[in-house]
Amino acid sequence: MAYHFDFAAVLPYSGQLLSGAVHTLGLTAVGASLGVSLGVCGAVSRAWRLKPFNTLFGVYVELIRNTPFLVQLFFIFFGLPALGVKLDEWTAAIIAMVVNLGAYSTEIIRAGIQAVPRGQLEAAASLAMTRRQVFFHIVLRPSLQKVWPALTSQIVIVMLGSSVCSQISAEELTFAANFIQSRNFRAFETYITVAIMYLFLAFGVRWLLNRLGDRFVARRVAK
Amino acid sequence: MMNEFTLWDIIRNLGTGAAWTIGLSLTAFVLGGIAGLLVLAARISHKPWLRKSMRGYIELFQGTPLLLQLFLIFFGIALLGIDVPPWLAAALGLTLFTSAYLAEIWRGCVEAIPKGQWEASASLAMTWVEQMRYVVLPQALRIAVAPTVGFSVQVVKGTAVTSIIGFAELTKTGSMLSNATFKPFLVYGLVALGYFILCYPLSLYAASLERKFHHANAPGSH
Repeated sequence: MAYHFDFAAVLPYSGQLLSGAVHTLGLTAVGASLGVSLGVCGAVSRAWRLKPFNTLFGVYVELIRNTPFLVQLFFIFFGLPALGVKLDEWTAAIIAMVVNLGAYSTEIIRAGIQAVPRGQLEAAASLAMTRRQVFFHIVLRPSLQKVWPALTSQIVIVMLGSSVCSQISAEELTFAANFIQSRNFRAFETYITVAIMYLFLAFGVRWLLNRLGDRFVARRVAK
Repeated sequence: MMNEFTLWDIIRNLGTGAAWTIGLSLTAFVLGGIAGLLVLAARISHKPWLRKSMRGYIELFQGTPLLLQLFLIFFGIALLGIDVPPWLAAALGLTLFTSAYLAEIWRGCVEAIPKGQWEASASLAMTWVEQMRYVVLPQALRIAVAPTVGFSVQVVKGTAVTSIIGFAELTKTGSMLSNATFKPFLVYGLVALGYFILCYPLSLYAASLERKFHHANAPGSH
């Protein structure tokens, strides 16, 4: 093979790569926190059949889970301005990620909520816990604990999926890759480097979420 | 030059794009399924180096964006001096992607088969291939159907990303139509509807399979 790999050609652009990675992480952080919050609302509405949100979230979940993220992103970024809603690329990217993750996490968290035994709710009521206490301590936390691994996987999937946000020129990691390869003409080396960066990001996000899960979601054991 | 597109023109063109989406999905799913079976066999074989390398393969595809996998194949093969048409890069990329995910899904199904089944078949002097063929796979297959159908939805949706390397499937057709007609809201709405029509029946089928399976295995259902 006559091709000589030249990874040194990627090196001068490490600043762009770093900035891209930070933006990808930022998108993921905002998208994940808002998306999971939306998922909690959806899950409660679905699990407790709160009208009319129950049906509304049902339709929303099916619509989002059966269409590609890229099309959702294009619809928000290119389609909505026709209705007079103009969004910059970051807002559009974040909305798309929140809407997407919101649908998946609604279904994931709903499974957790439905797995809470009735007896626990009755026990909590008999201890005169307020509705708020019951919700946070008996329903939400144990549910999140049960589905935390699934939620973690979904957040990693959303982070990897955010690479298509480069197509609406949000300057995240894949955008940086496209920019760099258009400058140094070393497409293969650049994309390999960025793929490895994504591997590390995925690994790092998974690790961080596991730690966060242990710290905030896992059942507190009396010492 | 200014072309007037009627609604019918838009729908007709999107239909052609959707046909390519279906073709690509079927190709990726069938070839990816075959490749996935090989990856699965290597992933659960007795040779540690095979197991480890396949684990790496799966993690590579599950830990990087599909878009980058497509870029790497598109530009990687071009390095060999071969001009890659977008459809080939798209089909190859999605096949590899599908094989990694299906292998991992199926591994879970194979591992759900009780150890005693392996031991019993080994005591009947079956070879590893015979154990897989006659004892383990037939049982694992039953568990695997629902998640496999569920994953097919991910494959169909994954094909949208191939629009970025220039494969003229449903999303790419939509982008071109949107640029030509200046009706992005309508066009992308129809594109989304197209994917929904393709994916929703698969989702419903997967859910019904899962219900059936859980029902058959629920305690006290007999």
